[in-house]
Amino acid sequence: MIWNSLRLYFRYASISFRSQMEYRTSFFLRSIAQFTITGMEFLGLAALFLRFGHIDGWTLPQVGLFYGIVSVAFAIAEAIPRGFDVFPNLVKSGDFDRILIRPRSPALQILGQEFQLVRVGRFLQGMLVLLWSAGRLEIEWTSSAILLIAFSIVGGACLFSGLFILGAAICFWTIESIEIVNCLTYGGVETAQFPLSIYRPWFRSFFTFVVPLATINYFPVQAILNLEGTSGGKLISWISPLAGLLFLLACLQLWRVGVRHYTSTGS
Amino acid sequence: MLLQYRAAAVAGVVTQIFWGIVRTMIFDAFYRSSSGSQPLTHDQTLTYIWLGQAMLLLTMLNVDADVAAMIRNGSVAYEMTRPVDLYTLWFSRALSGRAAPLMMRSIPILVIAALFFGLSAPISMMAGTLFLLSAAMSLLTAAALIALMTVSLLWTISGEGISRLVPGVVFILSGIMVPLPLLPGWAQRLSEILPFRGLIDTPFRIYLGEFHGASAALALLFQFAWLVMLVVAGRLALTRGTRRLVVQGG
Repeated sequence: MIWNSLRLYFRYASISFRSQMEYRTSFFLRSIAQFTITGMEFLGLAALFLRFGHIDGWTLPQVGLFYGIVSVAFAIAEAIPRGFDVFPNLVKSGDFDRILIRPRSPALQILGQEFQLVRVGRFLQGMLVLLWSAGRLEIEWTSSAILLIAFSIVGGACLFSGLFILGAAICFWTIESIEIVNCLTYGGVETAQFPLSIYRPWFRSFFTFVVPLATINYFPVQAILNLEGTSGGKLISWISPLAGLLFLLACLQLWRVGVRHYTSTGS
Repeated sequence: MLLQYRAAAVAGVVTQIFWGIVRTMIFDAFYRSSSGSQPLTHDQTLTYIWLGQAMLLLTMLNVDADVAAMIRNGSVAYEMTRPVDLYTLWFSRALSGRAAPLMMRSIPILVIAALFFGLSAPISMMAGTLFLLSAAMSLLTAAALIALMTVSLLWTISGEGISRLVPGVVFILSGIMVPLPLLPGWAQRLSEILPFRGLIDTPFRIYLGEFHGASAALALLFQFAWLVMLVVAGRLALTRGTRRLVVQGG
């Protein structure tokens, strides 16, 4: 069953690849555009460090680790579950009905709608920042540290995917897409590009306990940098990206409730 | 028609306020980290950020999807047979597409930011008036840039090319991402000769009183000169573009 679903998903993805590659120049230009926009963003950040030196004691390469992890994770989440991002259109047009009558899981079909290749622009930019920062920091890059970063990226990709699915699930009740969710997705990226400790307490708690952004880069990066006063100790830092996965599962559960609640707009 | 999108407008305001709060906290942290003197005080930076949130739409330069589709599928030919000037049509379309949502978003954001988040009033009555004048020109500059991007589509068909690369440049050189006075010297000098500071930075610095008297007059003049140049460039490009235009798909 799982193999079968995976095969179907890869089929969807390969169709999506091919259709995007039909417009090759367009694809390259859009990826380059993504790369430059996010690149400019990081240059802006670097300019601020040039001006102020540090932010609450954090240096640019340190912040670069937070930035890199969250950017790469977000790029993955924008590429793979992209179908959920454009899902409101399906509900509004009533096309979701067609998906429901097929003998496959609706979530899998939505997932297969599109694999957004152009996100490779943001992905590479995030990777570049991550590598640059890793090189500038004077820490020993043990295999466990690298593993922890990879783990955080996966956790982050799960978390952001969860947010996209959450946004789609809300549509079952509202029909319209809810732009407010953007505060959590795009706003979440903007927020987690910096260590959470710089924010006000209420804001920090929100992004730790409600949307567990802290778990996918703040805690792990603290462990990697070997900082004193790491909240909770090493073990917590190691397992904390799991919270991203749990968040994803919770959002998927909500989505299932939504599917049962769905009534077609009939248009 | 705009009122139909009231929910979207409310969502837009909430999103931008959220964004403003995040950015405020980031700059708070930067300012408390350094005791050195900066080109802008902390309060000035906060005001700059909130004005930026209110006028964010001016930096989101994208060609109207309908017009882009028209150029791609060839129905632009019908537009040309109409007894209206095509440039004026595209320019006004870009202008109205920015102006109405800008009003609907900026006013509530400014009010809320002034009440709760440390947006200060313009430095003087005069600065406030000149700010409005300059902001109106920012709006026209945005429309002129969009019109120019629209015209550029006549050459590229698929709707790509320069219009895709503009946003990145605008982000950094308009002042929306980092207030221009806080950029390194060379980047500031670069921004001073380009038109993008006219979208955000010029009106904001007038508001803050950084530009006043002669320097304000000069800044406005510069903004106006770029506006004229962009319009002329757009018109020239359109004349050349229509001459060589081949409509796709007969």
